[in-house]
Amino acid sequence: MLEPVVDTDGAPFWRYAALGELRVQTCADCREPRFPPRPCCPHCQSFATTWRLTSGRGRVWSYAVPHPPLLPDYAARAPYNVVLVELDDAPRIRLVGNLVAGAGAPLGSLPADRVRIGAHVRAVFDGRGLPQWVLERP
Amino acid sequence: MAGLKDATAIVGIGQTSFAKHLPEDEKTLACRAVVAALDDAGIAPGEVDALASYTMEDTDEVELAKAVGFGDLTYFGRVPYGGGGSCATVAHLATAIATGQATVGVAWRSRKRGSGPRPWTNTAVQLPTPAQWTRPFGLLRPVDEIALLARRYMHEYGVTRDHLFAVALACRNRANQNPAAVMYDRPLTRESYMTSRWISEPLCLYDNCLETDGALACVVVSRERARDCAQRPVYVHSAAQGLPAQHHGMVNYWTDDPLTGPAWTAARHLWKHADFTPQDVDVAQIYDAFTPLIPLSLEGYGFCGRGEGGAFTEGGALETGGRLPLNTGGGGLSEAYVHGFNLITEGVKQLRGTGTAQVPGAATCLVTAGEGVPTSALLLRS
Repeated sequence: MLEPVVDTDGAPFWRYAALGELRVQTCADCREPRFPPRPCCPHCQSFATTWRLTSGRGRVWSYAVPHPPLLPDYAARAPYNVVLVELDDAPRIRLVGNLVAGAGAPLGSLPADRVRIGAHVRAVFDGRGLPQWVLERP
Repeated sequence: MAGLKDATAIVGIGQTSFAKHLPEDEKTLACRAVVAALDDAGIAPGEVDALASYTMEDTDEVELAKAVGFGDLTYFGRVPYGGGGSCATVAHLATAIATGQATVGVAWRSRKRGSGPRPWTNTAVQLPTPAQWTRPFGLLRPVDEIALLARRYMHEYGVTRDHLFAVALACRNRANQNPAAVMYDRPLTRESYMTSRWISEPLCLYDNCLETDGALACVVVSRERARDCAQRPVYVHSAAQGLPAQHHGMVNYWTDDPLTGPAWTAARHLWKHADFTPQDVDVAQIYDAFTPLIPLSLEGYGFCGRGEGGAFTEGGALETGGRLPLNTGGGGLSEAYVHGFNLITEGVKQLRGTGTAQVPGAATCLVTAGEGVPTSALLLRS
C-alpha cells in the first residue's frame, strides 16, 4: 500500500494523526482553517499557523468505487470505497479516505453498497497513522 | 489597446495516424505532424520563428527545430497542466504574433499514451502535494479523482448514466464517420455501454477516453499573412486561460463549490472578448477525457444554466443537426486521446468545411482544453 509522501507543510497533519488526532491547519491570526496545508493564509497572508483539533465528525460528500486496473495492492482489495468526508467543524475541508468496518479494518471491509452521500461518519485511526472513517450508525 | 480578436489565424494543420501502437518514436511523430502542418499551410520550415507546446511534451524545442529545419526562433513557451494546456498553446502563439514577438508559430503535441506507460502507475515520482492526501486511500487514477466529482454532480442535479451515455454516443457516432478515428469501425450501443465493466463507479469503460499513440500540429500566423497561405484562414477570435481562485486541480475538493471548475473562469474571459455568444456557436469541440466533463463544461461555457448540463444532452442535442454538434471527429473518447490537440484541428476542419461529419455552413467553433485542471479555450471563426 502507498504511504503518504509527506511534505513540509503536511508533516504536522501526519504527526498528529500518528497520535490519533485529526487536526487541521488554521491561521493563527484570522482563525480561518485551510486544507491542504500551505505556508501562508490566503485570507490574511499571515504565516502564523496553529493546528486545530477537530471533532473528527463529518458527512459523506461523495464517494467512488475503483475497479482494476489498479496498483497490485489496491487491485487485491477492489472494488473498495473511497469517500470524501466534509468535516462538521470546517465544511470547506473534505478529506479523502475510506469507510471501513471498524478501526484498523482493511480497505474494502465495508461493502460499497453501504455507502450513502450524507451519511454521518467518524474518524478512527488504523494504527499506522492513517485516518479511516466509520459509520456513526452502522 | 489592440487585442487578440481575429489578429491571427490557424493556416495549417497536420497529424499522424492514430493507433493503440505506432512503431515510430514520439520525436519522429512530432516531426511528421509539424512537417504536415507546414505543408498544409504552404509555409517553409525555415520561416518558423515561434513554438508552443505542453510542459508534458517530451520532444523539446531544440530537437524539433534542428530536425525539421526551423529558422531562428524568437519565441518559445510551454503550458502546464496536461490537457488543460491544449488551447493555450495556440493562445500563446497568437499573443506572440499579435505583439510582434514572432511571425510564424507552430504548436504541437506528440504522445505515445497508447503503447507507453500510464502515468498513474509511477509510484517513484509523485508530487508530494496533493498526492499525500489522496493516493494512500486508493484514489490512484485521474478517473478516480473525477469519479468523486461525478458522483456528487449526479446526486446534486439528477444527472444520469443515460446523460453520460449521450456524450459517449455522440462522440462514437462522429468517429464512425471519420476513417482516421481509432473507433471508426466500432459502433456503440446503449446496451454495450450499460453492461460494460466499471472503471471507477459511477464511471464505466466508455466514460473514459482512449489510450492513443499519435501526434498533431498547427501553424499560426497574422491575419495579414494568412491571406497568402494555401488554406482558407481560421481566425483566432478569442482565447483564454483559466485558473480559478483557490482551485486544486483534478482533486478540486477543498473549495466552496467543487463543481464550478476552471471552465467558468476561462469562459468569462473568452466571452468578454468575443463578438458572439454561446447561442451563436455552430459546433463545439469540448475536452472529453471523461464523459462528465462535457455537461460540466456546457454549464461553464454558458450553453445552459447551473445543473442543466445533463438535461442539455437529451434529445440528440450533441448529434449532427442537434443544438450543439459535439466533437465532430470523435473527440478523445472515440477518435484519439492526444491531450485534446485533435479537438483544435477538428475545429479548423469544420470551419474550412472539410470535416468528415461536416456541420453545414459552420462559421463559429468553441474549442476547449481539459476541464478539472487549469484550462484554456479558443473561439474560432471562418
